[in-house]
Amino acid sequence: MNDTVTMTEPEIVAAVSAWIDEWWNPDLSLREWREILVDGGWATPQWPQAYFGRGFNQSQAAVVSKVFHQAGVVPVAQSGPRRLAAETILAMGSADQKQRYLRPILTGEHAWCQLFSEPGSGSDLAGLSTKAEFVNDHWVINGQKVWNTSAHHADFGILVARTDFDLPKHQGISYFLIDMRQPGVEVRQLKQMNGHASFNEVFLTDAIVAANDLVGGEGNGWDVAKTTLSYERRMGGVTRSFVEAQTPRQGRVYEEYAEEVRIANEPYTWYPQRQGRVDLALPQAQATGAIKDPVVRQELARLISMSKGAALASAAAEATRRSGSNELVPAGSIGKLAASVIARQASHVHTLIAGAEAMRSGVNSAAEGMIAEVLVSVPAISIAGGTDEIQRNIIAERVLGMPSEVRSDTGPFRDIKRND
Amino acid sequence: MQTAFSEDQEQFRLTIGRFLQDKSPPSAVRSLMATEQGFDASVWSQMCGELGLAGMHIPEAYGGFGFGPVELGIVAEEMGRHLYCGPFFSSAVMAAGALMLNATSKAKEAWLPGIADGSVLATLVLDSLDGPEQIGAGVSVQAGALHGLAPLVVDAHLADLMVVIARDAQGLNLYTLTADTAGVVVEPIEVLDPTRKLARVIFDGAEVEHAGNMDEAAVAKTWDYMCVALAHEMIGGAQQLLETTLEYTKLRYQFGRPIGSFQSLKHRCADLLLAVETAKAATHHAAQCLAAGEGEPYLPSMVKAMAADTYMLAAKEAIQMRGGIGFTWEEDTHLWFKRAKSSEVFLGLPSVHRERMMTMIEQQESVL
Repeated sequence: MNDTVTMTEPEIVAAVSAWIDEWWNPDLSLREWREILVDGGWATPQWPQAYFGRGFNQSQAAVVSKVFHQAGVVPVAQSGPRRLAAETILAMGSADQKQRYLRPILTGEHAWCQLFSEPGSGSDLAGLSTKAEFVNDHWVINGQKVWNTSAHHADFGILVARTDFDLPKHQGISYFLIDMRQPGVEVRQLKQMNGHASFNEVFLTDAIVAANDLVGGEGNGWDVAKTTLSYERRMGGVTRSFVEAQTPRQGRVYEEYAEEVRIANEPYTWYPQRQGRVDLALPQAQATGAIKDPVVRQELARLISMSKGAALASAAAEATRRSGSNELVPAGSIGKLAASVIARQASHVHTLIAGAEAMRSGVNSAAEGMIAEVLVSVPAISIAGGTDEIQRNIIAERVLGMPSEVRSDTGPFRDIKRND
Repeated sequence: MQTAFSEDQEQFRLTIGRFLQDKSPPSAVRSLMATEQGFDASVWSQMCGELGLAGMHIPEAYGGFGFGPVELGIVAEEMGRHLYCGPFFSSAVMAAGALMLNATSKAKEAWLPGIADGSVLATLVLDSLDGPEQIGAGVSVQAGALHGLAPLVVDAHLADLMVVIARDAQGLNLYTLTADTAGVVVEPIEVLDPTRKLARVIFDGAEVEHAGNMDEAAVAKTWDYMCVALAHEMIGGAQQLLETTLEYTKLRYQFGRPIGSFQSLKHRCADLLLAVETAKAATHHAAQCLAAGEGEPYLPSMVKAMAADTYMLAAKEAIQMRGGIGFTWEEDTHLWFKRAKSSEVFLGLPSVHRERMMTMIEQQESVL
């Protein structure tokens, strides 16, 4: 088996194609197909051989997904935060946790959610105060979580909670895997200012976590959480809840997959609008005649420049990375800040183009309601996944090497001023 | 099309950077800007001889090295970073650019080799620096003689050769004349940015030679070529300001801590980095497109506007973050501030270029 790690691109293409010829069958149920896929070792080839993978590097794994994509093969379950859970368990979990949790994540049997943010700890995640106490061989959890994508249909959650209030804030945190289907867990939908409800609040009242569902040991939760967060950042700054559906084709597995994607995407139909819908700016300006307005022309030109410049800067950073330079550039933070700036400018331009028409909303308003949705959704882009201010701190300190902020949250967590 | 710099190009950048760091430190800039000539002839001949910079982008057939806009961009970027004082932009970019794009092979043979090896200092006489649409109102040719006024001509006081875009009976065309021709008056003028010298040029029946046919589109193309090089100069300056300002915020202590530890400064530096990285990537892309003859036609205007806004933002922030010392003559920041201002308005304001960009986008449709 060891020699598979050295496989070249043509060898991988040949092996995957042969495997697809032998096993791929669109008439299977989604579950049946994914079990075959996972056990065949091709679902996550970048994972180690002991856990459903082949120990491939990133470029080898990319070849595999390209072949699968071209063949129109349905992949493993991706939607929601389940991949964050999977990658964290793979990196930091015990052998027993990997055995119990990884396979049902990949097959789609179990949905997961992320229980990190709290009403009292947003940007300051390590300031969390949900309490975990060890009582009678298990952990008892009390507190409230917020902004929990997919929690309303999750089977399990990755949870950070405080196990010691007398240690400094980063040291008293532990990381748990919690069963969401229990009486101590209450999930409520959270309605946003744009009318959609894409997130939840989760109330934990004497909720139970088994002793063997602590990850990385008591008090090491911050390190484990950083693993989750770095994976989240690599995925592009925010949880990729928006999964691209493949071209629909005939077969049971396609129908079930399309339904899975539809359900997963339903709460996030507004995500493109929070990015500002730059693509609609020029067509709207032309359709309305606002293109003749010199102010619109100036602001639209700025928008196009920013948008194009940011895409080119991101491509340049990627080229530098690929050239083997180890220059440490959190391109994620720069890209995320750029996305906010672009979205705000787009919202401004859409307002200038629409004029009083921007008082309307709904399907009969401009661009089938998309412009109205842009105007009330853009404020989210500079908050979700780390506010612009946090991104600027990261850029200033890690890219530009500026000195860190003077802290007023050292010492025992118990003594730190906070909202209760 | 090239999308990233090659190792050779990176090496080339380092070589030029080191040369200019040595030959164009702020002390040299200060002494040259106080002179009437505004440049150091020995540095110029070393730069053109040993490094071959003035001929980098000129075809080998005309005495150059046959590289293109990407290499020219590298040179301009490093010169902007170090505020190089000398006739590079006027001679190698403006005059050589106008000749390469528009001149007959006879005119190219006559003048490009001298510009390439630095022995001929040339400038491009434009009767307006505000935009390509304005050209041709001030200088005209009647019966083989030039008449009119060009109020702002870069380095005209140094020029051996004047390349002129002028209106004649047929329209806009390219002409050449030597600066010592009878009927040419060059009057140096007082400038806001003393690192870029300007003069007023008056033609009173000066005899000229027809050097090539042009039209409005050819003027626009020539303008684009200059704008892409100028954008490189500007992002070089903006990067230098960002770096020196960061250094300052780490060293300057107030209230018992480095001022760079205050979020109000950190956040503005992060925003400035975003502007610089975006303008830089776009500018490099514009040069690559120019070299390959590909890409959206509006890119030169787009990057001229972006680089100008970014350079001015960097210049304003560089002074503001230094506080009082930043406003003194003794501190070097104002040298870059003035170059930023003169570059912002040179060859068209950002708003002019954004308008030009929108006109091109409307003609082209669907760009996003």
